Amino acid sequence: MKLRNASAAAAAAVVLALTATACGTGSDSGSNGDKITIGIKFDQPGLGLKTPDGSYAGFDVDVAKYVAKELGYDEGKITWKQAPSAERENLIKNGDVKFVVASYSINEKRLKEVDFAGPYFLTHQDLLVRADDTSITKVEDLNSKKLCSVTGSTSAQNVKEKLAPQADLQQLGGYSECLTGLENKAVDALTTDASILAGYASQKEHQGKFKLAGLSMSDENYGIGLKKGDSDLKGKINKALEKMVSDGTWDKLVKQHFGPSGYKNEPAPKIAG
Amino acid sequence: MFDFLDSGQYDLLGAFWVTAQLALYSAIGSLVWGTALVAMRVSPVPLMRGFGTAYVNLVRNTPLTVVVVACSFGLNQTLQVTLGGDDFKEIGFRLAVLGLTAYTGTFVCEALRSGINTVPAGQAEAARALGMSFTQVLTLVVLPQAFRAAITPLANVLIALTKNTTVAAAIGATEAALLMKEMIENEAQALFTVFGIFAFGFIVLTLPTGLVLGWAAKRLAVKR
Amino acid sequence: MNSVLYDVPGPRARQRNVVYTILFLVALGLVAYWVLSAMADKNQLAAEKWSPFVTDSQVWTTYLLPGLAETLKAAALSILIALPLGAALGIGRLSDHRWVRVPVGAVVEFFRAIPVLLLMMFASAVYAQFTPVSSDFRPLYAVVTGLVLYNASVIAEVVRAGVLSLPRGQGDAAVALGMRKGQTMLYVLLPQAVTVMLPALVSQLVVIVKDTALGGALLGFGELLSQNRQITANYGANTIAAFTVIALVYIVLNALLTHLAARLERRLRQGRRAAAVKDVAPVTNVEMGGANAGGV
Repeated sequence: MKLRNASAAAAAAVVLALTATACGTGSDSGSNGDKITIGIKFDQPGLGLKTPDGSYAGFDVDVAKYVAKELGYDEGKITWKQAPSAERENLIKNGDVKFVVASYSINEKRLKEVDFAGPYFLTHQDLLVRADDTSITKVEDLNSKKLCSVTGSTSAQNVKEKLAPQADLQQLGGYSECLTGLENKAVDALTTDASILAGYASQKEHQGKFKLAGLSMSDENYGIGLKKGDSDLKGKINKALEKMVSDGTWDKLVKQHFGPSGYKNEPAPKIAG
Repeated sequence: MFDFLDSGQYDLLGAFWVTAQLALYSAIGSLVWGTALVAMRVSPVPLMRGFGTAYVNLVRNTPLTVVVVACSFGLNQTLQVTLGGDDFKEIGFRLAVLGLTAYTGTFVCEALRSGINTVPAGQAEAARALGMSFTQVLTLVVLPQAFRAAITPLANVLIALTKNTTVAAAIGATEAALLMKEMIENEAQALFTVFGIFAFGFIVLTLPTGLVLGWAAKRLAVKR
Repeated sequence: MNSVLYDVPGPRARQRNVVYTILFLVALGLVAYWVLSAMADKNQLAAEKWSPFVTDSQVWTTYLLPGLAETLKAAALSILIALPLGAALGIGRLSDHRWVRVPVGAVVEFFRAIPVLLLMMFASAVYAQFTPVSSDFRPLYAVVTGLVLYNASVIAEVVRAGVLSLPRGQGDAAVALGMRKGQTMLYVLLPQAVTVMLPALVSQLVVIVKDTALGGALLGFGELLSQNRQITANYGANTIAAFTVIALVYIVLNALLTHLAARLERRLRQGRRAAAVKDVAPVTNVEMGGANAGGV
């Protein structure tokens, strides 16, 4: 008899758990009434990072806050949602988020699936090297170097196919894994967008240890991703971005988040209508 | 439906060949390491017994993913162990073999220990009565019988090992699971075909192992 | 068994053992020294890399504990769904009807032959393409689906072996009392089989907990292991320290489960002896060919 009670309890628990998760699934469609959901990165210092006290910090986060405020949502009304690189289009298409501010470069392939407001930031693919390393001055130097990037990223493919086909490329799950290797001299350089690299180099634990090589290997225009065809929202966000640049907030934020690494940022890009 | 296979973009056989090699090298490695562990666990030296027990209990309770990734970070990225590999592809493969060996060795050890338990006490007692030392008792009398009794559990360990090689994808070894991940991303319309191919591949790898070793277990069983 | 393999050490053997002990200690010491000095060399032992785990409770409350909660949630859901499913499959494989027995057997063998990681990746892709499951839950769903499919077939084998291990007389007696096949299974065989296979089932839980880490490494499931990335992004790339702590959490958790399984087995053995049913031994992972495959 005891056994039957246990199995009944187990079955009830399963049903409960399933309905609980199921409820969480459908209710949210980006913004309902006075709340707004925004997709950001959770693990990129300088751009979008979940800090130990549970708050969020970074350039993308502050841009998102500014835009949300212009749209009429105070900071307290924002629900942050993790938007890993591979999930960004899905999040937008499913309406899980209103818009995505997550080091999201505008390119042809993505434009087929989503629309972009902005760009709000221009950066280039670059290298992060140890501060005392002067052996990499041009792209060709990479052919004899050990290089690290994140599995499946466009930066990794760029290197493999165009920039330095002979480079020994290691692909790992995340940038901080590469950073451990860079610190310990298991790899010579870490490649991705300069803004991301600058974010790591600016962290207080890393200041003085790494530097950017300053090679502009590609142009990456960061945009704010939103649902295809939502020109109303796109217009509003573009207006907010223009205001952010003209009132000096943009300069202030760039200095605050990328300054300590000595990263020379490009001027604010012109918003494409 | 299968046209994407002809494009030459995906090296299916190559990926499964890496999987098979991973399984083979790790199998040999973990057989050796597992035997060493079990010898330690039954040895007369208390410290070795303690080490063997502690190692088995620690590693067996750690997820294989953690073991393999720790090999990559700890040994390669931090201690710069390259195991003689020249580029990251080779190093990744060798580190994966090392991680799989360290992990699977504990299960080989447990299988052999259960094999040793099936050997009647009289066998070892008779050997000792003949004046054999511990090493002689173990290598000449007990282990040969234990191995024969442990074929079935060892076969299961080998099958599990073959499947566990997929974890090497986490440190970028270019084996089957990594290729499947890539193919799922690029060939979304052929999802079921892709899964079918890889499922078939693993069945081909694991099924004969089970059948052959099952047959061997019956043939070699110690008749008592 | 240990003491059977060697004589009680005499004075010379004792001396020899001391020498072996010292040699072994020196070897261990050398390895430890090499690792520690190399780590110190690379600044991996620096206090600021390790101290957050002791001094900063937020590392635990923001990253590790929520990650552990996700791990436990996935493991609990998987075992709760896999148990009834596995029991059904196991009973199906024991069916008298060929048309039930054969297909069920094929399903069980199929899912046992395929790496659980492949099942998870497939499930994730299927959910992404064909269902509106939001990206918040898709990794959890995918991990649970993969674990359920695999572990249900392992549990099916455990159940089958458990039922087959019962004395024939149990089933015969039930038939003699006029019970139908379903009644015999439900009221006589299954309750006894469950107690016999309980230790193997708890051991299977260890396997499930360990396999959730696959989802963290390759599917973006926010479980314990994946917290490593966010911790190291905040505390200066202290990957080694973060990894060590995470591994310790897994080891403690699984050691507790293993301990539970061993205690269950002991109690069952004693209970059996009291009931004087001698020929029923608990099905453990090692003795049981089928379940052991899952144990690795």
